[in-house]
Amino acid sequence: MRNYIIRRLLQMIPVFLGILFILFFLLDKTPGGPASNLMDPKMTPEQRAELAAKLDPDIPFYEKFVNWVGEAIQGNFGYSITHKKPVTEVIGDYIGPTFALALCSLIVALLIGVPCGIVSATRQYSRVDNILTVVSLIGISIPSFFFGLLLLKFFAVDIKIFPLFGLQDPLLMNPNFFTKLADYAYHLFLPTLVLGMGSAATFMRYTRSSMLEVIRQDYIRTARAKGLREKVVIYKHAFRNAMIPIITLLGLWLPSLISGALMTETIFALPGLGKISVEAVNARNYPLILGINAMLAMLTLIGALVADILYAVADPRIKYD
Amino acid sequence: MKKKADEHSYWGGVFHRLKKNRLAMFSLIFLVVIVLACILIPILSPYGIEQTDSMAQSAAPSAQHWLGTDNIGRDLFTRLFYAGRISLGVALAVTALECVIGVVLGSVAGFYGGIIDAIVMRVSEIFMSFPFLIICITIVAVFGSSPMTLILVLAVLSWPSIARIVRGQILSLRELEYMEACEALGISDIKRIFRHLLPNVLAYVIVYATLGMASVILTETSLSFLGLGVSPPTPTWGNMIQEAKNILVIQQKWWYWIPPGLAIFSSVMCFNLLGDGLRDAIDPKLKR
Repeated sequence: MRNYIIRRLLQMIPVFLGILFILFFLLDKTPGGPASNLMDPKMTPEQRAELAAKLDPDIPFYEKFVNWVGEAIQGNFGYSITHKKPVTEVIGDYIGPTFALALCSLIVALLIGVPCGIVSATRQYSRVDNILTVVSLIGISIPSFFFGLLLLKFFAVDIKIFPLFGLQDPLLMNPNFFTKLADYAYHLFLPTLVLGMGSAATFMRYTRSSMLEVIRQDYIRTARAKGLREKVVIYKHAFRNAMIPIITLLGLWLPSLISGALMTETIFALPGLGKISVEAVNARNYPLILGINAMLAMLTLIGALVADILYAVADPRIKYD
Repeated sequence: MKKKADEHSYWGGVFHRLKKNRLAMFSLIFLVVIVLACILIPILSPYGIEQTDSMAQSAAPSAQHWLGTDNIGRDLFTRLFYAGRISLGVALAVTALECVIGVVLGSVAGFYGGIIDAIVMRVSEIFMSFPFLIICITIVAVFGSSPMTLILVLAVLSWPSIARIVRGQILSLRELEYMEACEALGISDIKRIFRHLLPNVLAYVIVYATLGMASVILTETSLSFLGLGVSPPTPTWGNMIQEAKNILVIQQKWWYWIPPGLAIFSSVMCFNLLGDGLRDAIDPKLKR
């Protein structure tokens, strides 16, 4: 097992470098680099050349790439041009809301999706099953931004019980820890609902089909034959095996969760990674774009690795060598 | 006689089973109607795509303008279907291109194995580890947002899944006896892949493509909604909803953004239902 993890970690290195290389190549080949946005029209040609040389030194592409990777390994992703701060610091400033949103939605998705999937599978073709199946299909088919806007219209505009946007109430007087937390929760409620429902639908579909597969197996029949109560059969014997694919899904779901969080953030105007990504792209803030991409790619790779490891931990039949 | 023979052929059987699935058939009919409406909209509607009605600016739905008009008096019903042309057209093009790349690379990797397989799989891993949305945003912003860029970007980013499905199938099919027979008969590699192996994989590709249409529509509309897909004045379902970034529009002008939202939702739902139906029809053993 340890060897497997080490080998997988080593395999991640070329894949990760490959991702960075393609990104770097694309950004390097595009006209109108970061310099074009910073140029002051009043600058003399000499000043322009100097600034351009500083931001985009005239050395071969591969050398730039090697330099950048060398710095990145030491944790230096360069300076964000628009924020005038190191990239790592900018990401640190904005990552909080994104992660809070992703985590809350994941919890909501699991708490709703998994039980619904089990109920749906154990009563296949019943009315409950049909309703849940249709609802989950709606959940995976509705665009998150449209669902978000609908919720905004009903709960923040028509009946004003939730805030329209932002993460904090600017009028909150001398907040202590608990009122602040409550305020965050209040602002994150609708975004979590949007992102959580979409994920819950996927989790429900996976749980249902996995559960259906498991309860048809012989050992479940044996469990029933020896007179175990249905609850024990389902929740003790079947549930454990049915959860194995869901555990894998958790790792692989990470990137979708983050993309979903970025999308949801823009609808509810939360100050998170989604906001600065769109801003960075529009301002051609290449160091920041590269930094965010590198971080998310790393998360994706780690998610896939964690999925494989958890798979082996949860299912002793799986052997890695 | 002929009809009977059809029912016993592979695809005849598939269609026969699909016909019994009411939801899937309803979805198929709904999608055909939508596509026809998008194609025929110049004939169906008395208004042009950019034609403005100065008497009715941002007017609520009425007998003249079924879905109302926008700020400068363009008929939104007409624009909704012109938008559908772009949204559905982009989705179709992306899915087709992605399937071509995926099927070719997947079958070559599965057929030859060894180093070719290793390279294709490693590259597909790289593409699958891209943070999809951010990369799309980055590339579209860098290369400009035309439908063509969007199609290329989405197809190039999404071929690995289908390549992996095809590869897996080819890997197991390759070991069957009829492939040995092919080899003994001296049939060329290309013919063996395209004439003898791929037809057996086609069913999986069709199911994947149908479900893929659903997810491409969602991605394209999300990007257009962010203002990074196809940009106005060309209407798409995504950028029509962009209007709702304005709070007054959310509050008072529901006909600006709810119809395109429903259009996306209903077409994605129908592609999902049709894909599920096709999967059950193609492989009845797998039926949930």
